Amino acid sequence: MSTNDTHDAAGHEIDGHTGVSTTGHVWDGIKELNNPLPRWWLWTFYITIVWAIGYAFAYPSIPLLNGATTGFLGWHSRTAVVESMDDLQVSRGALMQKLANTPLDQIESQPELLAFARAAGSAAFANNCAPCHGSGAQGSPGYPNLNANRWLWGGKLDQIYQTIAHGARSGDDKGHQGEMPAFGKTGLLTAPQIEQVSNYVRSLSGLKTESPAEVTAGAKVFADNCAPCHGANGKGNISMGSANLTTKVWLYGSDLTTIENGVNNGHGGVMPYWEGRLDPTTIKALAVYVHTLGGGQ
Amino acid sequence: MQQGVTKQLSRSELIGFVLLAAFAVFATFVSAKAWTPAYAVQTSIMAWTAVICAFLLVKNYYDRPAQLPPREIDGKPNYYLGPVKFLTVASIVWGVIGMSVGLYAALELAYPHLNFSQYVNFGRLRPSHTNSVIFGFGGNILIGTSFYVVQRTSRARLAGYLSPWFVAIGYNLFLLLAISGYPLGITASKEYAEPEWYQKLLLTVVWVTYLFVFVGTLMRRAEPHIYVANWFYLSFILTIAVLHLFNSPTIPISLFSSKSYIVWSGVQDAMFQWWYGHNAVAFFLTVPFLAMMYYFMPKRAGRPIYSYRLSIVHFWALIFIYIWAGPHHLIYTALPDWVQTLGMVFSIVLWMPSWGGMINGLMTLSGAWDKLRTDPVLRMMVVALAFYGMSTFEGPVMAIKEVNGLTHYTDWVIGHVHSGSLGWVAYISFGAIYCMVPWLWNRRDLYSMKLVNWHFWISTMGIVVYISSMWVAGIMEGLMWRSYNSLGFLQYSFVDTVQAVHPLYVLRALGGAMFLSGVLIMLYNLWMTITVDETAQTEAGHPNDPALVPAK
Repeated sequence: MSTNDTHDAAGHEIDGHTGVSTTGHVWDGIKELNNPLPRWWLWTFYITIVWAIGYAFAYPSIPLLNGATTGFLGWHSRTAVVESMDDLQVSRGALMQKLANTPLDQIESQPELLAFARAAGSAAFANNCAPCHGSGAQGSPGYPNLNANRWLWGGKLDQIYQTIAHGARSGDDKGHQGEMPAFGKTGLLTAPQIEQVSNYVRSLSGLKTESPAEVTAGAKVFADNCAPCHGANGKGNISMGSANLTTKVWLYGSDLTTIENGVNNGHGGVMPYWEGRLDPTTIKALAVYVHTLGGGQ
Repeated sequence: MQQGVTKQLSRSELIGFVLLAAFAVFATFVSAKAWTPAYAVQTSIMAWTAVICAFLLVKNYYDRPAQLPPREIDGKPNYYLGPVKFLTVASIVWGVIGMSVGLYAALELAYPHLNFSQYVNFGRLRPSHTNSVIFGFGGNILIGTSFYVVQRTSRARLAGYLSPWFVAIGYNLFLLLAISGYPLGITASKEYAEPEWYQKLLLTVVWVTYLFVFVGTLMRRAEPHIYVANWFYLSFILTIAVLHLFNSPTIPISLFSSKSYIVWSGVQDAMFQWWYGHNAVAFFLTVPFLAMMYYFMPKRAGRPIYSYRLSIVHFWALIFIYIWAGPHHLIYTALPDWVQTLGMVFSIVLWMPSWGGMINGLMTLSGAWDKLRTDPVLRMMVVALAFYGMSTFEGPVMAIKEVNGLTHYTDWVIGHVHSGSLGWVAYISFGAIYCMVPWLWNRRDLYSMKLVNWHFWISTMGIVVYISSMWVAGIMEGLMWRSYNSLGFLQYSFVDTVQAVHPLYVLRALGGAMFLSGVLIMLYNLWMTITVDETAQTEAGHPNDPALVPAK
């Protein structure tokens, strides 16, 4: 293609720029030079092939009728995982064993063990609990805030352990079972009554209400229908998981519509059970972690 | 050519018309009984396309001369360029759609509120993005350039009269159905093989026709040897057919439903999927784009190919080794260890065969390096080869199982894919499109070289922003996921890593936006090239163009 192309003795065209002969073929004006394979390219190619053959002898690689060659290093991905998990246990040291053997109520009094349990609990919380309760355990509508010292099922260490291990309405027989009935849907209360009792509930924590008359009427509805679970003074009952309605901590929200919807449709959010999914030591660590978040009793 | 020949419906026109009419009736019937509105819409699109094509066929019959176009005019091949033009335009259209959807999906990752409806959520948009850039932008320009290159390097008119058009329109109908189906929830849920059974069937028919057209043209060639670019194109067509067939044996639950189930199960299904998936990268995104490089690079540089021997050796090494590397997508999974080992070692051995193409392309420039200063189109192709070299080195490294343990499931993979797809695939295609559009439309040159320069710089910076943000994000994720504190517990939760990569996701979207802006500049430039320059002198644009007769 260069203007100064020449020909060699055999009649092959010589590329003027590089002095290399062409193959003599032309396609739509495109020619090809007769350069050899670059040496470094060829040798690197050979080296990778030799390495590949060596690696294939070292590791499982060739399929046989039953299974495959195991390789002279004896490496196996399953044993590798087991070894790596064992290493992890070693890195956690003796404290892991101590945590497993120490009764729940004696962990927090030992600073070193407490720090270890909180580290274990924090990691387990981030990977299992944070999706619902939030990464800071701050909760969100329907998912309790765990920092606020307001506990549906009790805030003592063993109560927290129980709730984590068996959950609430989780399908686990040992879990908490109570739920808020749907007073409106089942016809137990009429729409005006629901509005009245919702106003009354708001008044319990000092929130604005629509009218004093509504509150007075609501108080009667409350006494007849809600007091059995939530208590005459609305302070709740942890044995049935009924909420304390006199504080400013709200699981679903404090606006009138949300409360009315709750009375109308009921509530029955699920806390899963973790026994069998997490090992007992991890659940222990989680209970300690949650208990020491700021709201433990 | 004799005047006064009685015009007759050719046999292919007759068969084509009957088939289209029958298909329109059949698709309408299925549409009427479809179980879901989405499937009814899709089947009626098929019916309407058949009706429109039947109409065009009849119209063409009345418009065309009595004789079908001859293979040669005055001893020079009468090239068939209509389908090439169509495929080139389709490629650019799908490119703009696919990259815009990609940008939106990138923004969704940075700002999750953009997932405001099921039809635009990330899970449904992502396959629309990947399919329209890979199969829409990439596929159209591959078929388009292969039809162009095989004609010119064989000095023969494309085989068939209607079949090239069937390939072009059928392929784009397939794309339309597949890509519009994902937001509606129609998907086979296999990565890069998401089309459902009826879409896959359509593709199968189109692809087999494509093979016949391509091989038919090669068999007519006036050159004694088959040019290297055509080996690459042919291996692409053949292997994609095989991969498609093995990864698609799927059984529809009914003729009237879009849903189907694959016959493979469990780890065998995973193995087929990634054997297919990896070789989609190999035989769709690498091999045929090398074909493009082997034609347009020497053409543009005006220099001979560096080494014929290298092209033979690296071609056979590449296609022999690439096909085994798929299992590296399944390292540390339920796949048996021996398969994982083989996937890994073949990936390492693949390194040099991949680089053979880069060396041959770059060394072809010897004697023409000065043109890089003045010709942004050539520069684009050179940068494409540089990115090709980079990502085909990165790939083997990521396939090493210890490295894979860090990189797998992180955004590094996304960065790797995009350095290959934006840097290599798209850039070599832009180079080819910038070369080919003036040749196809008989223009002296592009409307503006300055705009090509702008396209080059803004897109190159976009790629750099994109891939570096994904490297940082990926390495950070990999390290955070495996990070333990001094007591032996995980330091971070998954959501911590999501928060940590947020700024990098924003940067990535910015990189994508820059790349898309470059493409829009190209779109404008090509539009002006085709529509404005009426004083074209083809001799200057394409000195050895033997046939100026429009293909009809």
